[in-house]
Amino acid sequence: MNNLVIVPILLPFIIGVVLIFFSKHRTVQHVISAVAVTMLLAVSIYLAYVVYHEGIQTLELGNWPAPFGIVLVADLFAAMMVILCAIVGFVCLFFAFKTIHPDREKFYFYPFYFFLLTGVNGAFLTGDLFNLFVFFEVMLIASYILIVFGGTKYQLRESFKYVAINIFSSILFIVGIAYLYGVTGTLNMAHIAERVAEADQQGILNVIAIVLLLVFAIKGALFPLYFWLPRSYFGPPAAIAALFGGLLTKVGIYAIIRTFTLIFTHDPAFTHNIILALAGATMFFGVLGAVSQFDFKRILSYHIISQVGYMVMGLGIYTPLALAGAIYYIAHHIIVKAALFLFAGATQKVTGTTDLHKMGGLLKTHPWLGWLFLVAALSLAGIPPLSGFFSKFALILAGLEEGRWFIVFVSLVVGLLTLFSMMKIFMYAFWREQKHSEEQARTRVSGLLWPIAPLIVLTIGLGLGAEPIFRFSLEVAEQILDPTVYIRAVLGQ
Amino acid sequence: MELLMSVLVGVLFMVGTYLILTKSILRVVLGLILMSHGAHLLLLTMARLKTGAPPLLGEDALSYTDPLPQALILTAIVISFGVTAFLLVLAYRTYKEHQTDNLDQLRGSADE
Repeated sequence: MNNLVIVPILLPFIIGVVLIFFSKHRTVQHVISAVAVTMLLAVSIYLAYVVYHEGIQTLELGNWPAPFGIVLVADLFAAMMVILCAIVGFVCLFFAFKTIHPDREKFYFYPFYFFLLTGVNGAFLTGDLFNLFVFFEVMLIASYILIVFGGTKYQLRESFKYVAINIFSSILFIVGIAYLYGVTGTLNMAHIAERVAEADQQGILNVIAIVLLLVFAIKGALFPLYFWLPRSYFGPPAAIAALFGGLLTKVGIYAIIRTFTLIFTHDPAFTHNIILALAGATMFFGVLGAVSQFDFKRILSYHIISQVGYMVMGLGIYTPLALAGAIYYIAHHIIVKAALFLFAGATQKVTGTTDLHKMGGLLKTHPWLGWLFLVAALSLAGIPPLSGFFSKFALILAGLEEGRWFIVFVSLVVGLLTLFSMMKIFMYAFWREQKHSEEQARTRVSGLLWPIAPLIVLTIGLGLGAEPIFRFSLEVAEQILDPTVYIRAVLGQ
Repeated sequence: MELLMSVLVGVLFMVGTYLILTKSILRVVLGLILMSHGAHLLLLTMARLKTGAPPLLGEDALSYTDPLPQALILTAIVISFGVTAFLLVLAYRTYKEHQTDNLDQLRGSADE
C-alpha cells in the first residue's frame, strides 16, 4: 500500500478541474499549468525511484483487498512510462505556451491537456482490466477534443473518422472484457493471469487474446489498422500533434505488452507469432507510406506507424533481450518523436507551411533549428552514438539469436528507408535555395527551441549512457517476463 | 434466457455494422450507439443471468446474483452516453461546416 501511486493520476486531474475556472485568464493558466507539470515530473521520478528501490508498489482503492476492488500497480515498466509521459507533457506544454493561439487557449485547452495526461497515467498504472478501459476513455475523450481543437474544415472531417474508429475499438474492448469475465470471472489482471494459468480452455482464450489484440492494435496503429493515424495527426497544431505522436499510440503498445506478457502467455507459438508478423508488416508498410509523402508532418506520422512495429517486434520475439530492446525503443521513440513534431511546428512557424516543396534554405537563416533537427532525425534513423542505434541493435541481436532472419532483414531495410526519408526532409527543408521571404527569415525561433532542447539532450544522453540504461531495460524486461512477481505483489501471497 | 440475449446481441451488432457501413454521418452515429448497446448487453449476458438474492450480508439464500457486471455496465453506459453526446455535436459541426452529411464527399484530399 502506497498512496504515492495515485498521485500521477490525481494531480493532473485536480489541476485540470482547477484550470476550468481560469479559462479566461491566460497568465494564471500558464503559471498554474507550468507549476503542475513540473510537480508531475518530480512526482513521477520519485515514484520510479521508490519502485526501483523497494519493488512493485500497489494501492488498493477504498481499502478493498486485491481481487475484489480496483488496484493501482506501479512496476518498473509502468513507472518508466509515467516518467516519459511527464517529460513529453512538460515540453509540449511549454511549446504550447508559445504556439497555441490565445483564442484557442480560452476554449479550455489546458484543462483537456491535463485530462489527457490523467488518462494516460491512469492507463499505465491501473492493474484492473475494466479500469484500463475507463482510463482509455478518459484519455480518448480528451484526445477527441484536442484533435478537433480550433475546428478547421480539415480537422472536423478527419476527427469524425478518428472518433468513430476509436469508439468502435472501445466497443470491441468491452466485448473482449465481457468474454474474459465470462471465462475467468474476474477483472483484476493479476487474478486473471492466475486463473488463465489454471484453466485449460486454449481455444477461447486465444479468441479473447486476438479480440484484445485487435482493440489495442487499433489504438496503437498496427498493420492493417493504422489508416486513421496519418490523416488525423496532420490536423491539430504542433504541440498537440507532438503530444499525440509521443504518447497516444504508445498507450496501446503498453497495453499490448502488458496483456501479452501477463495474461496471454500460455500459447506464444500462436499469439506471439501473429504479433511478430504484424510487427513486420507494420514496419514495412508504415515506412513505405513515409517514403511516398512530401509533407513534413505526414512523413513523421507515417514514421510513428513504422516504429510502433519495432516495439511490437520486441514483444513478438519474446526473449528478455528483445523486450529490453523494445522498452529502450519506446523510451527513445517517445522522446525523439515528440521532438520531431515540435520541429515541424517550429519550421511551420517560420515558413508557414509543412509542404516540403515550398520549403528550403532554413539552415542558412536558422542554423540551430537545422542542426538540432539533424540530431533528432539521425537518432530516429538509428545512427550510432544516438539512442535509436542501441535500441534497434538490441532488437536485431535478439532476432538473430532466435533465428528470426526475416524480421531482422525487414527491420534493417526499414532502418535504411527511415534514414532516406529523414534525409529527404533535411535536404528539402534545410538545404536547397531559400524559398521563404526575408521577413520570414527574421522570425525568431529561439523561444521555440528551448522546449525542444531537453529532448535532444535526452536522446544524446540515452545514446551515450547506453550501458546503464540498457541494464535498466533488461531489469524491466525480466520483471515483466516473470508474471509471478507481479501477481504476488498485487494479490499479496 | 442467455440464448435469447445472445441472439439479441448478435442482432444489435448486425444492425450496427450495417449502419456503420452506410454513407450518412447520422446513420454511422446510430450504428455506433446500437453496437455499444450490444456490447453492454453482452457484458451482462456473459456473467450469466442468474436469479438469486441480492449479494448483501444477512440475506440467507441459496444463490446470489453477481453485482459486478451491473456496476461495469453502469460505468460503460455513462461513458458511452458522454461519448455519444460528443459524437453528435461533432457530426453536426462537420455537417454545418461541409454542408453535406455524405461520407463519400468527406473523403479525399481536395482542400489540403
